[in-house]
Amino acid sequence: MTTIDVRAGRLSQEKLALNFADSHPPLDSGNAIVEANRCYFCYDAPCIAACPTAIDIPNFIRKISTGNLKGSAKDILSQNIMGGMCARVCPTETLCEGACVRETQDHQPVRIGELQRYATDKFFDSGETIFERDEATGKRIAVVGGGPAGLSCAHRLALLGHETVVFEARDKLSGLNEYGIAAYKTVNNFAQLEVDFILEIGGIEIRTNQKLGQEVKLDDLRQKFDAVFLSVGLGDVNSLGLENEELEGVYDAVDTISELRQSGNLAELSVGRRVIVIGGGNTAIDVAVLSKKLGAEDVTLAYRRGPEQMSATWKEQEFAQTNGVRVKHWVAPKSLQSENGHVCGIEFECTELNPEGKLVGTGELRNMEADIVFKAIGQTLVNSLDSATEMPETTGGKIAVNSKYETSLAGVWAGGDCIRSGEDLTVQAVEDGKQAALAIHRKLT
Amino acid sequence: MADLSCNVAGIKAPNPFWLASAPPTDKLYNVERAFRAGWGGVVWKTLGMDPPIVNVSSRYGAVHYNGQRMMGFNNVELITDRPLEDNLREIKQIKKDWPDRAVVVSLMVPCTEKDWRFIINKIEDTGCDGVELNFGCPHGMSERGMGAAVGQVPEYVEMVTRWVKECSDLPCLVKLTPNVTDIRQVAHAAKAGGGDGVALINTINSIVSVDLDQMAPEPTIDGKGSHGGYCGPAVKPIALHMVTEIAKDPETKDLPISAIGGISNWRDAAEFISMGASGIQVCTAAMHYGFKIVDDMIDGLNNWMDEKDFATLEDFRGMAVPNVTEWQYLNLKYDIKARIDESTCIQCGLCHISCEDASHQAIREIKANGVRRFEVIDEACVGCNLCMFACPVPDCITMERVDSGKEFQNWTTHPNNPMRVEEN
Repeated sequence: MTTIDVRAGRLSQEKLALNFADSHPPLDSGNAIVEANRCYFCYDAPCIAACPTAIDIPNFIRKISTGNLKGSAKDILSQNIMGGMCARVCPTETLCEGACVRETQDHQPVRIGELQRYATDKFFDSGETIFERDEATGKRIAVVGGGPAGLSCAHRLALLGHETVVFEARDKLSGLNEYGIAAYKTVNNFAQLEVDFILEIGGIEIRTNQKLGQEVKLDDLRQKFDAVFLSVGLGDVNSLGLENEELEGVYDAVDTISELRQSGNLAELSVGRRVIVIGGGNTAIDVAVLSKKLGAEDVTLAYRRGPEQMSATWKEQEFAQTNGVRVKHWVAPKSLQSENGHVCGIEFECTELNPEGKLVGTGELRNMEADIVFKAIGQTLVNSLDSATEMPETTGGKIAVNSKYETSLAGVWAGGDCIRSGEDLTVQAVEDGKQAALAIHRKLT
Repeated sequence: MADLSCNVAGIKAPNPFWLASAPPTDKLYNVERAFRAGWGGVVWKTLGMDPPIVNVSSRYGAVHYNGQRMMGFNNVELITDRPLEDNLREIKQIKKDWPDRAVVVSLMVPCTEKDWRFIINKIEDTGCDGVELNFGCPHGMSERGMGAAVGQVPEYVEMVTRWVKECSDLPCLVKLTPNVTDIRQVAHAAKAGGGDGVALINTINSIVSVDLDQMAPEPTIDGKGSHGGYCGPAVKPIALHMVTEIAKDPETKDLPISAIGGISNWRDAAEFISMGASGIQVCTAAMHYGFKIVDDMIDGLNNWMDEKDFATLEDFRGMAVPNVTEWQYLNLKYDIKARIDESTCIQCGLCHISCEDASHQAIREIKANGVRRFEVIDEACVGCNLCMFACPVPDCITMERVDSGKEFQNWTTHPNNPMRVEEN
């Protein structure tokens, strides 16, 4: 008799709806004004420097306080066309809010992310427009990958009067905003609403189900377009390097998050009674919390180092814990245990830092039972690129670019997660796209 | 425990916290609740001649500031809209039930001796402790030749006060409007007419805001608005100045003052008393938060007086008055400089930008290794205090005295003063 317990419908529809509602409900107008007035309107504000897209944060907040919401949204969106999504998913605690002088003063930073969401939500609700395109240049640019970097680049190019064609491998645009972010962070189909807003500018043609190396070839693009921007993201996930990772019940976290985001009925999604997530980043947190919210009884996030080394921020870790996820530090998976071809547990070895600061196993072993194991140990560029044609050089597993986002191939720029510019964050990808567009524009005009 | 009892022009109360003549004091029901909460006295909402006036709907216009709801408001309400006899009966009742509390009756009738005699005779029967002549109300009644229309003409103030004093021995407070250029002239007139004291300030003429959709002032009454009387914390500095003017004036320095104007807490009250007031009146704060605020007023004043070893209000009343002087007598040798405590500085840069854009370019920003700090340039700093106030961190910026403390020179003897007097 099997002890494996994986099934759908652990929770009622009502409970699921509650669990998957907005995890951080928006500010109402009264609270937004009170919060906006907490901003000191710093000179040369540290929050601006901490924002990868350099939004003039004190200025957009001041505009909220005076009721100039259109002006506020314009300040945000002209620097970061995905200001709405970034307001929801940015790790603000390590970016703008981490740099807020009120954090320094009393650990109560201005809730910049929530204010940014307020301003952009109100703007989207108003249905107004704020951008106008420059005169047509006659230049055409191919954008490969319709995620944050690609859309940001396409929008900026459109603003500057260029025409772009976006080639997207999947069905929908928006990349990880659509496929890789936990559902409760971006409710009500926000990613697609944002795409609609971005495309409203005009001059951006979309071609979906066009995977680089298959339906679309880089060589062709270089011939047919005046420039190419690669924003292909990271197409594959890292593996644990264990023997039997193909066991049933062992999944890539990104696939599950994507499946959940595209699911029409959460009650039909299977989830294990006991879930182990291996990893220490935001994807690990997301899949752990999602499992809990789908009704898993015990969810353990296992990470081989301590809380300080986790790439998930302290706030994300806290979020996981308040949602009932157990976080176990200093353990590394040693082998997967199975029962009739299905994973049923993991043997971990305890870890520590040796005197030289290197991570080593202590020899102590721990067994944990599991019905499902999620791997969330990072993504990789492998397979994202088109091996059939000439490809740009890579470095450290990512496409190499110079300070102008130029790759080793003439006329080819790159940005987003497929290059190493900053952290792999939506906000960084948007900035990459914007800066690359400006660089392309300078080159072409 | 300090003794908080007060005596304002012969009107005694267990504490100096009275409710000013306004909606909180317009009927037995409210006043009963106020006394139960601990208020030392009330000035009953202004009585007039029958038939009663009528009021409009939509009476207040609010100022919301930086997320603070109703930091001040104005009103276009008039005097009591209830029949005279109803008010008189209730005043009599409340005084009977609460004999230790001050019950003062505010009055406003047309500017004829006959009307004033009539109303005074009526209220003498109530057993009230005194009267307050409403020469302050700036809206509505002033158009009919009452309220501020009287208070803005010293001769009328003196005349009406005299009529009242000739027909009654009740202590008489004359309530002044701030909508004049020199409050002292009106205070002189109140004294000349025989007034026992003055009460000030009444509300300030105002239009609080414009509804930019209706293009009409607020409060908007069926598309139109009118100027109204502004009140709340914003008027306190104006009231404090006017009280001080009267307390300093040689002619009125002994005239009892019932201070009014944006008083919201015990500290405000202590400030007015230190500037010579014998008692204070509150309205806006009670209208916003209810009568319970008097608890902290009594308790806070008590604790502060104990801390300062003041046994009675008289121990500190008027103590700050001698330190109010004219600008020309201020010491020009006194010199202070800003000092920034870097251990508590949060690097907001407001000291720098306020000085840079609006003062004397005396705070420089120094950036090194991704960290910034702010440094005062002593030679440029004039000691204006702007940076200290702009700084959001208490005590991060302080002002340090840098002169010897031994030198003194004021404008009257300064070489740049063409009208200077030669020093001996």
